Amino acid sequence: MQAKSTILSLPTEEFVQPGTRACTGCGLAIAYRVGLKALGKDTILVVPPSCLTVLQGLYPIASTKLPCLNVTFASTAAAASGVLASLRARGKNNIKVAGWAGDGGTSDIGLQALSGAAERGEDFMYFCYDNEGYMNTGVQRSGTTPIGATTATTPLKGKLQPKKDVAAIMAAHNLSYVGACSAAYPLDLYDKIKKAIDMPGTKYFHIHIPCPPGWGFEPRYGIKIGRMAVETGYYDLYEIVNGEFSLTAASKKLVEKRKLVPVKDYFRAQSRFKTLSDTKIEEIQQAIDAKWEKYYKNEE
Amino acid sequence: MHIIDNGNVAAALGVKLSRAQVIAAYPITPQTPLTEKLSEIIEKGEMNAEYIPVESEHSALSVCIAASSTGARAFTATSANGLLYMHEQVHWAAGARLPIVMCVVNRAVGGPWNVWNDQQDSISQRDTGWMQLYCSDNQQIIDTTIKAFKLAERMSIPVMVCYDGYILSHTYMPFDVPTQEQVDSFLGEFKADYVLDPDEPANLNTVTLPDVRMDRDGVLAHGYMEIRYLLQEDMRKAVNEMKKIDDEFLSVFNRGGSPHVEKYLCDDAEFIAVGMGSMTYQLRPVVDELRNAGIKAGVLGVCMYRPFPDKEIAKSLKDAKKIIVFEKALSYGYEGTLATEVKSAIYDNRLLFTILPEITGLIAGIGGREIKTHDLKEQLLGAIKSEKISETNWIGLKL
Repeated sequence: MQAKSTILSLPTEEFVQPGTRACTGCGLAIAYRVGLKALGKDTILVVPPSCLTVLQGLYPIASTKLPCLNVTFASTAAAASGVLASLRARGKNNIKVAGWAGDGGTSDIGLQALSGAAERGEDFMYFCYDNEGYMNTGVQRSGTTPIGATTATTPLKGKLQPKKDVAAIMAAHNLSYVGACSAAYPLDLYDKIKKAIDMPGTKYFHIHIPCPPGWGFEPRYGIKIGRMAVETGYYDLYEIVNGEFSLTAASKKLVEKRKLVPVKDYFRAQSRFKTLSDTKIEEIQQAIDAKWEKYYKNEE
Repeated sequence: MHIIDNGNVAAALGVKLSRAQVIAAYPITPQTPLTEKLSEIIEKGEMNAEYIPVESEHSALSVCIAASSTGARAFTATSANGLLYMHEQVHWAAGARLPIVMCVVNRAVGGPWNVWNDQQDSISQRDTGWMQLYCSDNQQIIDTTIKAFKLAERMSIPVMVCYDGYILSHTYMPFDVPTQEQVDSFLGEFKADYVLDPDEPANLNTVTLPDVRMDRDGVLAHGYMEIRYLLQEDMRKAVNEMKKIDDEFLSVFNRGGSPHVEKYLCDDAEFIAVGMGSMTYQLRPVVDELRNAGIKAGVLGVCMYRPFPDKEIAKSLKDAKKIIVFEKALSYGYEGTLATEVKSAIYDNRLLFTILPEITGLIAGIGGREIKTHDLKEQLLGAIKSEKISETNWIGLKL
């Protein structure tokens, strides 16, 4: 087992230049910076329209120091396949390919291409940074927007349907690696990438990304909100390695502690859940408790 | 080597000889035998290429876009709704200036469902920034496919090689297959201007502003409008470039000479039938019959539709009294697109004309409706004898 990284052991080389166009407090800026450190220099990135397109800047200036192909919304995984095919055809076998797409670009419009690439066993890493809505276009609902969240297209009642579990969908493709991560736990993300990078076929990473303007909290609380999602047992850090599920990092510690922070604290810290009733929150709490009972049982 | 085979095999052999490095495709009738043949050639080890069996046409062209951006010669093929499903990527490939070649095996588009031939699919992609070449027989399919790679790579603009579904794609006819040495000497290796490379990182197709913008060294970079203007300018240059490429092809393969239009008995013709694809060859015996009856008729086949070789077309038509445009596609709400463009070409080059000719449009073979040669003759004769300019007529319509 590899040693856990610390903030001091991370490589000092930066692939994301300072002064990106990301919003203040953006969780993606953290995940992307640390993620690219883990991927390293010999990587080609594929990015569809999303907050990341904004972060990377406007032609002819770019904030990323890795080669990056910007592609259409639905085509991230197919384009990654094309980069891989070209590298194989040209005998460039030392270069890694990584797709970075948002939750809309993954769970909604990009799901078909992603499923196709995963089924073909395309050897690349796919990162879904999940800020739980179409934030770049002004906070509309997506497939991964959680139940109860108000968005520009669920303005009064909040979203009525639960969040789509994309990591589970990807796990059903029998991938060598599926990782659920959070921008609030960048070292866990780094270690997971390092662990998966040389595994065969498609590797899928789901990254929970707190979004100050989209979720309704002050930018300084980004990490705190991300941690609350994990500490309440609402969003879990885990990995599925060749079919074997295990909790990681802070979520793993929660099994030992057997004490979850009430999920109400998480909801009440964000204005997007303002219409979510106490009754509904109690229902969600019960579902979380039931999920964690299973985790506790598995540990015994 | 002369062989007898169908148009899809002719295209596949053209792609093989052109040494495409990445091929991605999704099956759709009548394109399927082409991609089946290519996957067979690759699995047998007769061609060193990556074949990506994608889950949709949108992904097929996405793979080609990414492969081309990473320095590989890329190819795909499709038909009808498959082409429409990749429409977003069709625009993207041209805007990103990628020299991808795509065979479009022409088929009617739904709805209602119809798997037979017309040309509405590729014609509907006219304004995407791709070059479009149309073939009239299987020899032209293999030759045009090889030329298309050269044209695409020279101009950094993608090319569609269009040929009629079934009528060419599934019809056996003799054609010559050039040797690998000949094609290698004609085509050479693909060398992209820039390739995605960690040693030379760049961010491609990033958000580009309406106006020009300085880079970090203070050098002005193009705005979106400049980038799009250059595509238009290079497209117009490609008319002459196609002539040069056709000349080079002629010198290696001893075939060609019709880079833009193919003239059949046009020089002294008073009446010229204009069309694209296999129908122009079907019109030749009709014109022969009219000639036997003392009517000076000819056929002009348009081989290059985008960029539109307006001067070459106008020159070929300048002495005609009447022009009759036969086509298998139209712009709904107006008329056949080729008819519109022939009129436009004549107007733009009106100084070549002593008397402006009359122009009649005829729509034929929509959704695979059989085009009978005697119907073509009747319609052509009718148009020739008509005193007035008639509205666009649909040949063989049974209402």
